[in-house]
Amino acid sequence: MVKFYIKDLNIWFGSVHAVKQLSMEVNSNEILSVIGPSNSGKTTFLRMLNRLNDLTPNFRMSGEIKLEKENIKNIDAQILRKRVGMVFALPLPLPLSIFDNVSYGVKMHGVKNKNILEEKVKKALKEAYLWEEVKDRLNESAFKLSGGQQQRLCIARTLAVEPEVILFDEPCSGLDPISTAKVEDAIGLLKKNYTIVLVTNNVKQAARVGDRTAFFLSGELIELDKTDKIFTAPVKKQTDDYIRGKFG
Amino acid sequence: MKNPYKAQNIAFFFLFLSTLLIVVPVGLIVVIIVQKGLPGISWQFLSDIPRQGMRAGGIFPAIIGTLYLVSGAIVFALPIGLLAAIYLSEYSKDNLLNRVIKLAIVNLAGVPSVVYGLFGLALFVVFFKFGASIIAGSLTLGIMVLPIIITASREALESVPYSFREVSLSLGASKWQTIRHIVLPNAVPGILTGTILALGRAAGETAPILFTVAAFYLPRLPNSLFDQAMALPYHLYVISTQVPNVDEKIRYGTAFVLLALVLLMNLAAIVIRNRFRKKKKW
Repeated sequence: MVKFYIKDLNIWFGSVHAVKQLSMEVNSNEILSVIGPSNSGKTTFLRMLNRLNDLTPNFRMSGEIKLEKENIKNIDAQILRKRVGMVFALPLPLPLSIFDNVSYGVKMHGVKNKNILEEKVKKALKEAYLWEEVKDRLNESAFKLSGGQQQRLCIARTLAVEPEVILFDEPCSGLDPISTAKVEDAIGLLKKNYTIVLVTNNVKQAARVGDRTAFFLSGELIELDKTDKIFTAPVKKQTDDYIRGKFG
Repeated sequence: MKNPYKAQNIAFFFLFLSTLLIVVPVGLIVVIIVQKGLPGISWQFLSDIPRQGMRAGGIFPAIIGTLYLVSGAIVFALPIGLLAAIYLSEYSKDNLLNRVIKLAIVNLAGVPSVVYGLFGLALFVVFFKFGASIIAGSLTLGIMVLPIIITASREALESVPYSFREVSLSLGASKWQTIRHIVLPNAVPGILTGTILALGRAAGETAPILFTVAAFYLPRLPNSLFDQAMALPYHLYVISTQVPNVDEKIRYGTAFVLLALVLLMNLAAIVIRNRFRKKKKW
């Protein structure tokens, strides 16, 4: 089933043409990796899916994006972002306790009952593989956690809202290899229940985690295929050059 | 100047000298006022009304008057200033009109206080027919400190990292929820700093209350918000220049009380601010 249907998408910031004539689909319950060098439009594309680009001054777009047949322009931004969660490049806990970080989104959507909140926080932390490490210190500041723990906390925070899609924007760029492995494990297990779009600078990460991989270059989609295919027999020369580390 | 160590020492000397030049006069003011004012302070001085044409008795009505005026000014200016700051920092688009508004607000802070006094006279006393009254004086002082509160609050709001806003919005929170639950709590210390400055300014100014509220000699407490009141800065001006043969103890005692009052208010605000800072978790 198609989750996101993207047709002729163009994005500009002022005079910068960040994404060019992009048409692709994101399937339900797949992990789609998006790779490409810096400034290739990966993150811009990702931030389009939950309309976070709307916040940027000088942002313009053309084309259409449908989330399950509904144009995202017509979905209220708050509801869209509840359905399409996001984990940012750097661990960005809110200046609150661990518990309040995870329950924040749930509370903002109107849940006040303490028991329900506790249940949701516990479930989300378990899904993000953080529960065992923090269950005795839920009231401590989130900033006391290590970088890797903070990033899994951010994943838990996104999961607590129960989205359909999770967008990961280079979620391991600030983490050490062990933390990265833990975050990747968490992502891999989320596939069952969520659709995942993973933007990454790390080509190997795309190879490890992704079902399909898209290669972006200078705002254009060069190639999109099964991850095995992209990494063993890419059709385009630029893709081959990039995954072999010849540029980027 | 070839020797960098020598250059550093010279720079250090001038930096230190400048700091000293600031600290010494402030210290001297405090020392002189404490030294000359403290002997005049007694329970009677603080709690009695002025007597014998202000040459004896106490300054109780002036203390109460100043407290009324300062509280009135803050009650009026803090909510309006804060709301304006939220609008300017969170909602207003970056266009020419808004830049002009922001510039105007910053410049308003530099307008001489006597101009605010005349403005208050024209608007509140005459046009709204409040007469010389606590409400007219409070509103005038409130308008005078508005730019201080707006500017400080705006800076406090804008210093909350943008990423917090983005995270909150990305979780599906509305803009107002984001401001209410993430931005405002983290801006409180900065907002309180602005309020502290505003308190001190409102308590100490003479010119804005001169035409709008201050009574030359009113040896009783005000009856209502529409009554005149004595106020410490104006009282100090009166007994220092307008009434002959006032004992030095009374004059410096009054100055001491004014200084102590402002200091006390600042202290309270600093304590509250520190409590909020401790809660800050990044």
